[in-house]
Amino acid sequence: MIKVLLFADLQETVGKEFITFEENELTVTALRTEIKNSYQYTQIDNAMVAINEEFAREDEIIKTGDIVAIIPPISGG
Amino acid sequence: MTRPEAGAITTFIGTVREFTKGKRTISLEYQAYKPMAVKMLQTIGKEINEKWPDTVVAISHRVGHLQISDAAVVIAVSSPHRRAAYEANEYAIERIKQIVPIWKKEHWEDGESWIGDQLENVPYATGKPEIGDEST
Repeated sequence: MIKVLLFADLQETVGKEFITFEENELTVTALRTEIKNSYQYTQIDNAMVAINEEFAREDEIIKTGDIVAIIPPISGG
Repeated sequence: MTRPEAGAITTFIGTVREFTKGKRTISLEYQAYKPMAVKMLQTIGKEINEKWPDTVVAISHRVGHLQISDAAVVIAVSSPHRRAAYEANEYAIERIKQIVPIWKKEHWEDGESWIGDQLENVPYATGKPEIGDEST
């Protein structure tokens, strides 16, 4: 199972702080596609993805037990 | 910050602005992915120590509900000479806006909205920003 943390506008769009996937493995690109297909969230292409609190590349593979977070465009400071 | 080696200490305080391009903000809300935000702030500290040796950096960022003129972020840098303290301080705030997972929600007179990337520098070519001295 892969747990994906949601923040900011994505958290509000989905209505949850996290979602889970039953897959044991998932690429970052596949995760984006899943989100795009399941939720009306057009900003997903501008979001970054973090695996275990590090920014991930598109071709990285998410494995079961990883802590994943979708990072919408940030606006701190 | 205060130490015998230091000849300069710069402080930056980012505060909540009431008017942005004519639009009135009533209050703000910051949300953070805390464990990663702390990690990224530490990364910024390391980057600064590499670029400007002999500097000491402290950064604090608020989360939650903030009112107009509240301090949202405080950055302090001390260094033997002033130039490094000024440069490193500006570098820190620019990096915060690139790599620290913190989001701002504006509450306006007539609605509310999460604010996206203010630097308009995403998406990155590799889907992620460059961190530290890695080259992609």
